[in-house]
Amino acid sequence: MARRLQLSLLLFALVLLVSGAPEERRLSIYSNAANYSLAVQSRQGVDYVGLLEALEPLGTVSAKASGHHWKLRFEGVDGEFTDGKLPAKVRGANIDLAASFVLENGRGLVPLSSLPILLPRFLGGPVTFHEAARRLFVGDAAVHFTAQISKGDPPTLVVNFTSPVNPTITTEPGRLAMRFTREGLVGPATSTITFASKAIPSAAFQEDNGAAALTIFGTVPLMASFSHDNRTITIAPPPATAALAPQHAAPTSPPAPSAGAPSNVSSPAETRRYFAVIDAAHGGSESGAALAGQLLEKDITLAVARGLRQELAARQLSALLVRDGDVAMTTEQRASLANAVHPAIYVCFHASAQGAGVRVFSSLLPHPASNPGPFAEWESAQSAFLMSSQKVAARLGAALQTLQVPVHSLSAPLQPLNSIRTTAVAIEIAPPDLSTGPGSTTYQDSVARMIAIGLAAMHDELEAGP
Amino acid sequence: MIPRHLAIAVAVMLAIALGMSFFLWRMRGRGSVSESAIGRTVPVAPPAPGPTEQVTLYVAHDDLGALRAVSALIPLPSDRQQRGEELLRALLTVYGGKSSPHVLGNGSEVRAFYLVEPGLAVIDLNSAFADGHRSGVLVEELTVASLARTLSANLPGVTQIQFLVDGKQRDTLAGHADLSGPYDISAMNQLAEQLQGGQ
Repeated sequence: MARRLQLSLLLFALVLLVSGAPEERRLSIYSNAANYSLAVQSRQGVDYVGLLEALEPLGTVSAKASGHHWKLRFEGVDGEFTDGKLPAKVRGANIDLAASFVLENGRGLVPLSSLPILLPRFLGGPVTFHEAARRLFVGDAAVHFTAQISKGDPPTLVVNFTSPVNPTITTEPGRLAMRFTREGLVGPATSTITFASKAIPSAAFQEDNGAAALTIFGTVPLMASFSHDNRTITIAPPPATAALAPQHAAPTSPPAPSAGAPSNVSSPAETRRYFAVIDAAHGGSESGAALAGQLLEKDITLAVARGLRQELAARQLSALLVRDGDVAMTTEQRASLANAVHPAIYVCFHASAQGAGVRVFSSLLPHPASNPGPFAEWESAQSAFLMSSQKVAARLGAALQTLQVPVHSLSAPLQPLNSIRTTAVAIEIAPPDLSTGPGSTTYQDSVARMIAIGLAAMHDELEAGP
Repeated sequence: MIPRHLAIAVAVMLAIALGMSFFLWRMRGRGSVSESAIGRTVPVAPPAPGPTEQVTLYVAHDDLGALRAVSALIPLPSDRQQRGEELLRALLTVYGGKSSPHVLGNGSEVRAFYLVEPGLAVIDLNSAFADGHRSGVLVEELTVASLARTLSANLPGVTQIQFLVDGKQRDTLAGHADLSGPYDISAMNQLAEQLQGGQ
């Protein structure tokens, strides 16, 4: 019997160890010196924090317990507290705490609600306490923001912050949520902000448990990008959805999540069919190779991608740009967008100052696909299209030979080619010869035209699929 | 009065807790010893002794956009891992020369080379190698293919190659060549054959 009880106790202790604890209650303190958070402890139904821990990041502090008395010195300012008593003395002045001071193992705990009285006396300056959210601002440490809708197509919400921010961003149908745990973000006078946009009608600011959250509501899927050293967050539909924004603006209910597709990509069934998806590699803070002078790879790739779209349009072939501006996107985002649109061909552009001519790459799969079936492995989704991609790479190479520059068709360990579920090639444009750069617009236009001619010639085959 | 069985149970749990504390304390001591050992400066090992053998190095040529097979005589020990290290050392010596056909960044080195059974070779590059590498699809894949093909041609039994940078996985070498996972040697050899065709 006793043995069973022992085993049960051990088992219980193990269960307690492995089971996750509930979310810890935190107090966040924002100051010009440091932003930090402390655990909040409950004593007889009252919230407490350690006073020494609250002051430690802000200056030199020491504390000493003597019997029931506890003395604390912060930057030459003395405080005296007594275990179990309300009265305390700081900077020679008497104050009453909101609940009894608690002295535990030499640690002094003060009621959370007394911090707005205690801290200004120690710090010699004002503090602002958002008690319900447990967020305390020392001096002018708050970060403010403005949010404006640009009246473009697609509509774009630009949120500017007074300091750099790095929120955790999550998306789900109908909303994009940014959670700020390290920044002292404060909201506007009203918690809800409305915009004159059907695609992005409103945003809401909330704060709780030492953090702030800004939620953007949208009738189309949304994605966020950072700029200006993280002082600006731009929220807009991803390119595939952006092209459809006029069609999607009417529904007032959020779109249903598409099966198997990321939340920020619209369902293939809802999207317009494009012949080609054109991907200008790099973008935003990820500028790619530095070419001659001030020229960046991301700018060349975008210029050639736009040129190819124009050349295809002149041949009545529709094309979608993965990015049509200077925005950073991951290779996973690029592949997701391309796969969601189901194009006949995916073309990715790169540029280089190394060597001369044009290289057309197809995927170099790291290993053969291991589970052929209805679900494709992300890392080898290209495998079913590889032969078609290699054939197209060779034929585009032949078409580009007319430019009288060195042209080569190769495999390449280059993402996101492996994850594209259609015929896919990447094209790297190097200078026409070793004595010039790839920045000549005439040269770029010629490359785009020859690729368009090559793709147009293969239109029927590409539409038929591998 | 505390029931006897409860007292026994609490005593057993306390004994376990004390035992675990002691064990953890001992382990912590061992951890600090091995960390300090790692932290010591280890002089660069001289080339391992061994009979001179003829090997084939696959050298990247930027002007051709191609790999070229070059025969070399280098001392090779019998241990496979040391042979791999010597092969990579010989290849980097070619790239470090004044008339290098494929310039690498200053301080580019292979930190370590491991053979992990069955057949996985791990090439650990230093950060100067990756950070100083020129950015571009072809120029990066020439480097990757050169290292991989040289190893596979001279070290039979290697079936996969994984590249690390400073002991960690990295997405790309310099923005293009994918280093996020291991490569099948057959895929790398296929790439090397294409690159031997030249531009």
